[in-house]
Amino acid sequence: MSAGEQTSSGYILHHLQNLTYGKMPGEDGWRLAHNAEEAAEMGFMAIHLDSMGWSIGLGLLFCFLFKMAANKATTAAPSGFVGFIELVIEFIDNTVKDTFHYKNKLIAPMALTIFCWVFMMNAMDLIPVDWIPQLVALITGDPHMFFKVVPSTDPNITLGMSFTIFFMMIFFTIKNKGFMGFVKELTCHPFAPPTKGPAIVLAPLMIAINFALETVSWIAKPISLGLRLFGNMYAGEMIFILIALMYGAGLAFGIFAGFLQLGWAIFHILVISLQAFVFMVLTIVYMAMAHDVDEH
Amino acid sequence: MNINLTLIGQSISFLFFVAFCMKFVWPAITNAMAERQKLIADGLEAADRASRDLELAQQKAMSQMAEAKHDAAGIIEQANKRANKIIEEAEVKAQDKAAGILTAAEANVEQEVNRAKEQLRSQVATLAIAGAEKILESSVDAAAHKVMLDNLASEL
Repeated sequence: MSAGEQTSSGYILHHLQNLTYGKMPGEDGWRLAHNAEEAAEMGFMAIHLDSMGWSIGLGLLFCFLFKMAANKATTAAPSGFVGFIELVIEFIDNTVKDTFHYKNKLIAPMALTIFCWVFMMNAMDLIPVDWIPQLVALITGDPHMFFKVVPSTDPNITLGMSFTIFFMMIFFTIKNKGFMGFVKELTCHPFAPPTKGPAIVLAPLMIAINFALETVSWIAKPISLGLRLFGNMYAGEMIFILIALMYGAGLAFGIFAGFLQLGWAIFHILVISLQAFVFMVLTIVYMAMAHDVDEH
Repeated sequence: MNINLTLIGQSISFLFFVAFCMKFVWPAITNAMAERQKLIADGLEAADRASRDLELAQQKAMSQMAEAKHDAAGIIEQANKRANKIIEEAEVKAQDKAAGILTAAEANVEQEVNRAKEQLRSQVATLAIAGAEKILESSVDAAAHKVMLDNLASEL
């Protein structure tokens, strides 16, 4: 805990605030936000340095590790490290082949990137919640420095990925089914509008209903994809913070909290891999839907 | 919890990492894996073929060996037969030759005896005449008694 007089809610809120660098309205211009209100005032023209930093850092680590393995991968017997990387790749490859039966060289590498990257971002949750923020406070000399370590507890990060996937879905749908195919998908499902007979007067109504339903269903995909990951990680992080709060409540509570944290962390290993896997599988499914020309 | 530029930053970095993975990581590793798989499959197949070849070669060697043994036995038998035959032939030849030599010697002896008899015969007449001349002390008509003496000689 960074300050002696801190309250529990202050501790929790401090842990849930990103290190925000943004444009303050008014004469201040671009600077770090000093509190949650300032961060909120900055609006869209701000960036979470901690989330971005960890996310890009972990992404680079992923690239570095896999590139190293790619350089070492030969037809000779793989070493332990390369063997492990190949195991991951084989797993992803099988998962993609199970779901995605079309020709697209982007999907498998994208699935690999999502799985590994999201897994690494989630795995930051297992580091005790105060270690890195305290280290940052020590280095910068500012005990009130905001610093969130788990990028996937930031909705910007998860929604940023899910909306990128959403735009890819639209792109591949138009590419594979044509623009009219895309429009048809939005307006002719789930109720097929009548094309002949007196019922044709109902067609515009059907199209309107279809469009409303399909738009919701389309928009729901990226939002549910992003928010599912965010919600799981945010809740997990919150429980870690609450457990960490108990360390300040005496020795007996501290020991109890230690066991709780251990138990939750072990359980969380399941959650972080499962969430990474779910995010990847849903992405593959959405991509397969965008390639499925013979739908309905 | 505010939605801000981080969203776009994450999108861009996501696309970048996916592109990196697609260009430098995925093809290299999957190609290496596919190649290795092929190599291992080929190796196993080659090993299989080699063991099959070995078995065939062993079978062939064994059959050749058996054949060679059989041939050798035949040759030895033939050689034995031939040797026996040669010995037999030689014996027959030797006996023939001995018999020939014996007959020739017998014929020779008979010839010698005949010649000696002939000589003796021709000389008997002369001796008889000379003896008679001596006995009679007179000249005997040789021509008149020759027929008589020749008859005497042929009786010998």
